[in-house]
Parts: sequence; C-alpha cells; structure tokens
Amino acid sequence: MQLTREARCAHTRGAAGLSPFTRTLLTLCLIAAPALAGVLPEDRADVLWHSYNGGDITIQGPSVLVRKKVGDNLSLSANYYEDMISSASIDVKLSASPYHEKREQWSGGADYTHGKSTYSAGFITSKEPDYKANTSYFAVSQDMFGDLTTLTLGYRRGWDRVFKDGKDIATGQIVHVPFDNGLSQAIADHRGYSLSLSQILTRNAILGFNYELLTDQGYLANPYREIRFLSPGVGLGFSKAPQVYPNTRTSNAALVQLKYYLPYRAALTGQYRFFHDTWGVLAHTVELDYTHPAGKHWIFESSLRYYTQKHADFYSDLFPRANYQNFMARDRELAAFHSYTLGAGASYQFMVPGVHWINKSSANVRVDHLLVDYSDFRNALLAGTYGAGNEPLYRLNANIFQVFVSIWF
Amino acid sequence: MRVAPVKLMRAVTAALLLAALAGCAAPTPWVKPYEREHFADPIMSFNRDPVSSTYLQHVFETREGAHGATGSVGGGCGCN
Repeated sequence: MQLTREARCAHTRGAAGLSPFTRTLLTLCLIAAPALAGVLPEDRADVLWHSYNGGDITIQGPSVLVRKKVGDNLSLSANYYEDMISSASIDVKLSASPYHEKREQWSGGADYTHGKSTYSAGFITSKEPDYKANTSYFAVSQDMFGDLTTLTLGYRRGWDRVFKDGKDIATGQIVHVPFDNGLSQAIADHRGYSLSLSQILTRNAILGFNYELLTDQGYLANPYREIRFLSPGVGLGFSKAPQVYPNTRTSNAALVQLKYYLPYRAALTGQYRFFHDTWGVLAHTVELDYTHPAGKHWIFESSLRYYTQKHADFYSDLFPRANYQNFMARDRELAAFHSYTLGAGASYQFMVPGVHWINKSSANVRVDHLLVDYSDFRNALLAGTYGAGNEPLYRLNANIFQVFVSIWF
Repeated sequence: MRVAPVKLMRAVTAALLLAALAGCAAPTPWVKPYEREHFADPIMSFNRDPVSSTYLQHVFETREGAHGATGSVGGGCGCN
C-alpha cells in the first residue's frame, strides 16, 4: 500500500508517541475499515401525552418526537418533553413543602451512515427551576457478518447544575438559597461508556446485549431530603440532619434481551439487567413482554417487570445518632426494595384519507401499574403513632398512563 | 488478581479489532437475507415506539437506584 506524502506525514506525526503494538493495531483498523451499509431509522413523528399518579405526586405533560431523513445518508431527530409536577410526596411532607413546577427537555440528534457504519451524535438539555442538565452523546455502529451482527460503541457526557430553592421570608417568593456549605449552586458531572451488540440467532430469534460503565462526580445528593436519627425524648423520637453523599460513583450495568417470533405472528421478549455500583447498590431487573397483532389494524401488548435492589452502604432509615458515619443518606431510591410493574397497551393502525404524504398512522394507548414495596424505608409521618423506628414500611402504588399518535411519512 | 490497565486496554483493543476484522472475513451468514422477513415486522423491534419507551425508562430511573444499559440517554432530572 502506497501512502501519499501528506498521508505519510500525518501518519508519522500521529504515530510518533505510539507503541509498536498500538501502531500495528491502528494499521489493521485501517485495513478493516468498513465497506458495508447501515440502516437509518424511519421518518416518523410522535405526539404523546403522559401521566404519572402515585404517592401523592402527579406528573404529566407532552412529548413530541420528529425524525426525518435528509438525503440518503443522514437522519435528523428532535424531541420536546415536558413534566408538569405537583408533589406532596412523603419526602416533601417530612422535610419540605408541597410544590408545583415544570421541567422542560429539548434534544436534537443526527445519524449518518457510511457503508455499513452508522455514526450518531446528539445533545439534550433539561431545565427546571432548581436543576439544569446538559448531555451530549456519540456512538458508532457497525453491521457485520452479513448483517447478522451489529456492534455499537457509545460515549455520553453530562454536566448538571444543581440549585436549592426556598421561600424568601421578606417577599414570599421562591428563590435560590445557599447550600449548607454556603455555595449558591453545585455541579455534577456524568460520563458513560457503552458497548452494545445485536445478534440475529435464527430466522425467529434475535439477541441484544448492552453494557454501560457510568461515572458520576460532584454533588449527587438531593438537597431537600434529610436523614433522621434517634433522639429519645425529643419530639417524635427522632431528629433530622442534612444528607452527606460521596462525591463519586461508578456503576456497571449489563442488559441481555432475547426476542422470539412466534409461529402465529406474535413476539415474546425476555430481558434481564444486572446493576452494581461503588455505593453498594446491587439491582436485578427481569421483564417479560408479549406483543400480539390482531387483524390488519390492531397490535396488543402486555408486560410484567420485576425489579429488586439492595440498599446503598450508607443508607439507613433511622441512624442511631447524629454524625454516626461519614456518609449518610435516606433517599428511598437508595433503600432496599422490590417492585412489580404490570403493563398493557393497544395500538390501532390506520390510513389518513386524502393525505398522501403519510404512509401509515397509529393511535396508541398504554397503561402501567407500579407497585413498590420498601424493605427498610418506613413511613416516618406515622412516628407519633408507632414510635420512631417502628412505623409501617412504606409502599408506593402508582398508575402510569400514555396516549400517543404516530405517523410515518 | 489485578490486571494492569495497559494490559487490559490492549486486550480490549485486540478484541475490538478482531471483531472489526471478522467483518471483513465474515463467515457465511447462517440466516440468509431472504429468511429474515420476520425481523422486518415492527413487532420484532426492541424499541418499536421510542417516544413511549424513553418515557417509561425515565419513570423507572428516577425512582430506582439502578440506571444505564437501557439504550436511552437521559437529559438529567433533578427530581428534587
């Protein structure tokens, strides 16, 4: 293989600091450069309304997703998502005040195919009164083995700014208030490295595997929630203090999915996810989905999801005393619990008469019921009746509702 | 047993390279293109309705300690 002068110079400059092993790998990578063709997602638009109701929290809002090809190799997508939150949750009742707020999220992305490779990149920005988050991501996919296998490598990076809101005594307005350390805002940084594999196993079965390594750094706690510790003879028998979280967290998550096409045109999906992090959270998720078309127009689906997790090392519902250990948390997301989610959905496909640029349309509805049983998070609001540490364990029931319309064009 | 980071990186790079090379010297596909009509059926997609699955994933991630490996990229949610 002959290199041009410019290429040789670039090669020399770029390889100057590399070991012979790495140079050999890079050369082989060039030889193995892809020459096959990825597939872009379909052009479609979705308008969704979502609603969550449970634990004295109501969250609802719209989501609009549009995806459109530009030429043969490029596909662009944009999404607007909104949460309108009204919360009087058990955490809010214990440590703060009921509130209403709105979170808006905008995202844009692009997928570009070259041969059998697909390059994806995008940016997401989320804004709510006391939390602003920006995330960028990049991924490369490669179809291999006669398109039976797709390998994807991805990277994402997030930058969050966290604020703490409180009521200004003089004006009654909600304003940013300083954290316990006196700073007006806190920073959190997130990175994710992912590897995904999609593999056609037989003419009826496909396997998916995702692995992601995540690192979080900075302010990772919830500034409003507090720990509680035993204070016999004082108030309800416990006192409260700010949570103290570690500033770093490294997580490993791996997901395996298997989808099978049944002989009478239906699909069965089984999936399992393993999760573990340096905070001591160990979680398992198992899910079964069944999709059943009926006639030309209807598709019905049902799902059952089971999730269980072990509590974080520094979590306790009730610490023995103040300053019991260096890190202390009572966020119920870090408690030990298991949950079941039972879901069902229906989709009706139809043609829009007289609109020739729409190839296909569907109207969809989906309902999920979430039941969470906590193993070491108690309803502290009942401490006056049962005594601190003897309250009933908390249980969450929530209904999740989605209705959306999709068009393909 | 501890594995030196350099050795680990080399092993990962070599594995990725082998995967890439395998794309050039691909074995004969054991499922022929004309046998893959079931995978063109939307019900065989792992993510048939992204707008719906992304939302549901968000609901779980804000209430659970586990996150990641689901294919969705969160924009962050303070959920304070």
